[in-house]
Amino acid sequence: MRVTVKLFASFRTGRFEIETGDYPPGTTVADVADKLELPRNELGIMMINSRHVKLDRVLNEGDTLALFPLLGGG
Amino acid sequence: MVAVLDFIRESAVGDLVSWQHQLEAARRFSLSPALVEGIILDNGLLPARYQRNRQTISQSGQRRLFHSRVAVIGCGGLGGYIIEELARLGVGTIIAIDPDVFEEHNLNRQLLSTPDNLGEYKVEAAFRRVSAINPAVTLIARQCSFTADNAAELLTGTVVAVDALDSISVRMELADACSALEIPLVHGAIAGWFGHITTQFPGDETLQSIYGAEKSCKGVETSLGNPSFTPAVVASLEVAEVCKLLLGQGTPLRGRQLAIDLFSMEISVIEMNGGDLKRG
Repeated sequence: MRVTVKLFASFRTGRFEIETGDYPPGTTVADVADKLELPRNELGIMMINSRHVKLDRVLNEGDTLALFPLLGGG
Repeated sequence: MVAVLDFIRESAVGDLVSWQHQLEAARRFSLSPALVEGIILDNGLLPARYQRNRQTISQSGQRRLFHSRVAVIGCGGLGGYIIEELARLGVGTIIAIDPDVFEEHNLNRQLLSTPDNLGEYKVEAAFRRVSAINPAVTLIARQCSFTADNAAELLTGTVVAVDALDSISVRMELADACSALEIPLVHGAIAGWFGHITTQFPGDETLQSIYGAEKSCKGVETSLGNPSFTPAVVASLEVAEVCKLLLGQGTPLRGRQLAIDLFSMEISVIEMNGGDLKRG
């Protein structure tokens, strides 16, 4: 299935801003993050089609997944 | 009180009262500059230092700011700029909360740090700075860590709380406390070229949406660090939010988060309850 992944802020470094790729059915947000080697403890806001989701959410054909890093500094 | 008001009225040019006359009134009638500022504003006049606030902030708005109490939790990168801007804006009472002293690695970005005050408590530096730039503003320095246990006492009488913390777990405690105490919370966080800001109203679980079940204390700032410009940008956006909340004007970031990317120069608006992801 085709899924579009949008990366934000530091997640773009060495990766991409937006990319559409093929993923097997049943792929979760966690699977995509792992494939992109995004450390779990750096994951902040995660959205599918502009809706907030959690790591275990299963992606569907045509979904757009947006991933933001966790920012905590002040 | 009548005599001091007469003195103030006689010294006013139009509706503006100069700092020199404000100080002279304080000296002659044994009042603090803050008390004199209150008298000026309560009687339809304006301290001359705020004349360029006009059109943006009305005389009655300036009076409202003066009678407001804002808590700034954290006096580091974000907090230093926030305190500076709130004091120049004319917010009457600022509670500055921070347990730490300045260290050398703060000098690249923390407005209140200088080579001469390394080792000094950040809240003491905040007190001196505010006394220097706007003596009519009362800064209450609280040299302690914010916790769930002291939250109610620290935030007593606060109209708006401003998040300038560097710990996610303490942020969550602050967010919970603000909801319980029914205080709006302006949130900001930074890392490297990036930052985000939103405003949580009591009852909203905005920070829960951002940080979820995350239990760690830090985000990617541990690897990215923080340069000089990111805290200045995010702090200024936070103060703009505070100003609107105090005045009851404009559109705050309720249910929306601005995600700021200074590397790509993009600002994304994230609808916290779903909706479109827009690029600003």
